Amino acid sequence: MLRKVVSIAADIFEVPESTLGPQSSPDTIATWDSLHHLSFVLALEQEFGVEFSPEEIEQLLSIELTEAALQEKLKGCAIPDGH
Amino acid sequence: MNSLIAAGQWSAAHARLGDLWQHDGKPATANYLSSCYASLADNLPMVNCRIAFLRSMTLEPLTPIFRAAALVSGINPTIHVGQFNSYPQELLDEKSDLYSFAPDIVILAVQTRDIAPEIWDAFADLTPSQVDAAVERVINEVSEWIRAFRQRSNASLILHNFAKPFPNQGVLDAQSGHGQSAAVERVNATLRDVCKYHRGIYVLDYDALVARHGVARWYDETKWLTMRMPFASESFLPLVNEWLKFVHPLTGIMCKALAVDLDNTLWGGVIGEDGPHGIKLGAEYPGAFYTALQRAILDLYRRGVLLAVCSKNNPDEALAALDRHPDMLLRREHFSCLRINWQDKAQNIREIAAEMNIGTDAIAFLDDNPVEREWVRSELPEVRVIPLPDNARGYAAALRDCAVFERLTLSQEDREKTKLYQEQKQRADLVHSVGSLEDFYRSLRQDVIIAPLTPDTTLRVAQLTQKTNQYNVTTRRYTEQEIENLSSCPEWNVYSVRVRDRFGDNGIVGAMITRNNDNTCEIDTFLLSCRVIGRTVETAMLGFITGACKAAGFRYLQGWFYPTKKNTSVRELYESHRFSKVEESDGASLWRLDLGDAVIPCPAWIRLHDNTGTCIVEQDRA
Repeated sequence: MLRKVVSIAADIFEVPESTLGPQSSPDTIATWDSLHHLSFVLALEQEFGVEFSPEEIEQLLSIELTEAALQEKLKGCAIPDGH
Repeated sequence: MNSLIAAGQWSAAHARLGDLWQHDGKPATANYLSSCYASLADNLPMVNCRIAFLRSMTLEPLTPIFRAAALVSGINPTIHVGQFNSYPQELLDEKSDLYSFAPDIVILAVQTRDIAPEIWDAFADLTPSQVDAAVERVINEVSEWIRAFRQRSNASLILHNFAKPFPNQGVLDAQSGHGQSAAVERVNATLRDVCKYHRGIYVLDYDALVARHGVARWYDETKWLTMRMPFASESFLPLVNEWLKFVHPLTGIMCKALAVDLDNTLWGGVIGEDGPHGIKLGAEYPGAFYTALQRAILDLYRRGVLLAVCSKNNPDEALAALDRHPDMLLRREHFSCLRINWQDKAQNIREIAAEMNIGTDAIAFLDDNPVEREWVRSELPEVRVIPLPDNARGYAAALRDCAVFERLTLSQEDREKTKLYQEQKQRADLVHSVGSLEDFYRSLRQDVIIAPLTPDTTLRVAQLTQKTNQYNVTTRRYTEQEIENLSSCPEWNVYSVRVRDRFGDNGIVGAMITRNNDNTCEIDTFLLSCRVIGRTVETAMLGFITGACKAAGFRYLQGWFYPTKKNTSVRELYESHRFSKVEESDGASLWRLDLGDAVIPCPAWIRLHDNTGTCIVEQDRA
């Protein structure tokens, strides 16, 4: 899961995966602005088949927090094929 | 992927990325794809295009998807997104970022709720005259933007029309002519006429696009309210693909011909095994799916797309079905070219291209068999192999969705193109039946009519500059708007060239653009459609220009030749007409003719007319 989130973040923020870790956030990634944040959320929603509420979206402010929120959403669901 | 790119297998990498996009057109894939093209694009025959978006909503998440979808289609876009909701200023202010970006294409995406909030939200509050006023205001505003844009830019403009709201009055809305939906329809109908009046302004039927995918699925109200992004993520691809349907014809990434398989494609079953009565075709399940595909192909034919059969079959059985099966919509006469044999299909497609006198990159291939599709793709990566679903139910829709067959204008020549190609076949037969080349030229009884540009010929001349790759000395592409502007400059001349012969009227098949500078007339554009190459029409054209230049007192006639992969047929044009090479740089060469001591006579077998229909060179054509 963490790997998948990092990989999506790398694609969306256009940075190498190696520069990303659990603590990566808008403060450490220059391209993580509000518009890229939106693209990031949309990519996660499509990839994992979930939907975040506006309140949740505001909280996805690091890779770690994002992964935790996804884990929470997917609790009890089978993870989609291929992930 | 990296290894393909590292090994320099550009086309193979391009094809693989196309597959990836086909199966996984998602935001995360989009950026990966674009990063691959960073090293690929320069090594592929890509068309560059500058595209600006003006919008009343958050569009940014769609731009990477648009970029990826464009790249896999062979279009390398440079994208500018205008400031949120500042589209009126960008269009009206000639110093705006929009105009300094110098776009080729501008997409104006404004929502009904933004431009006409009273119609969208508060319709029930309005009196009929207030509704009329709102409708009129929107029409006037948009018309004003279009007028300003047309004055400040030659770019093409794609205008989203306005989607109908969910009616505030429920079912009552449809019961009178003054409802909410009717008000939006009036705006759209009037704007369609406004766009038609201007050149290079096209309507994207956004209302129909939303309806096709379903209003309930298209929007995401939460994302709109929180981020000003109205679309659900599943709407991204359909919207991006709709934009591309305009970008394809505007950048000339188009297919001129479709090569189709027969068994299990045009009909269900195998003619050689099931026989003429056993194949599935007609109004009932499952034959109706194949009839629907034939209908879609016939629609392309009406749009000017040339058709060819490319099938592994015994020709007798296949042709019998084509000629006599009662439920066939497509008949032998719809196909300009037939390749029904047991030969490899890639070879057949090469032959089809040669017979039609077009490049293999102008051909799309439709076949139900994935093995044949893969084979053709590996042999001829430039051919557009149309991806088909497993079930014939989806064939017609898959074909109708192909952006390479989209056209924004339909000229008389397009409508009659297929007939023209049949006449062409008769001409080719004639070459074999007459002796010397000169006899052949004489027997054609050609009339060449050269005329300055008129409003009637502008579209066709622009089309020729866009589409002509082979017999084209400079391959300069012009939009309709640019052609019109050039012809209104006193130092520029734009001519159309029409050719008639004993088999019929070929229509406008050539164009010349010249620019006068001091004592020199320079040929900016000189092109001929492949239909009339090799018939000395070019000599008549040069004869006309030298005559005109001498009459106007010019000393020199000159022109550049810019070599491309495709224009070798015109390489000798200037040299063979005794121009001298005066300059050379980067493979391009400048050729000059001293008009003091040279004339280029019109060939004896061509009658040359000017625009008044007066015959200016009457020759002995006995």
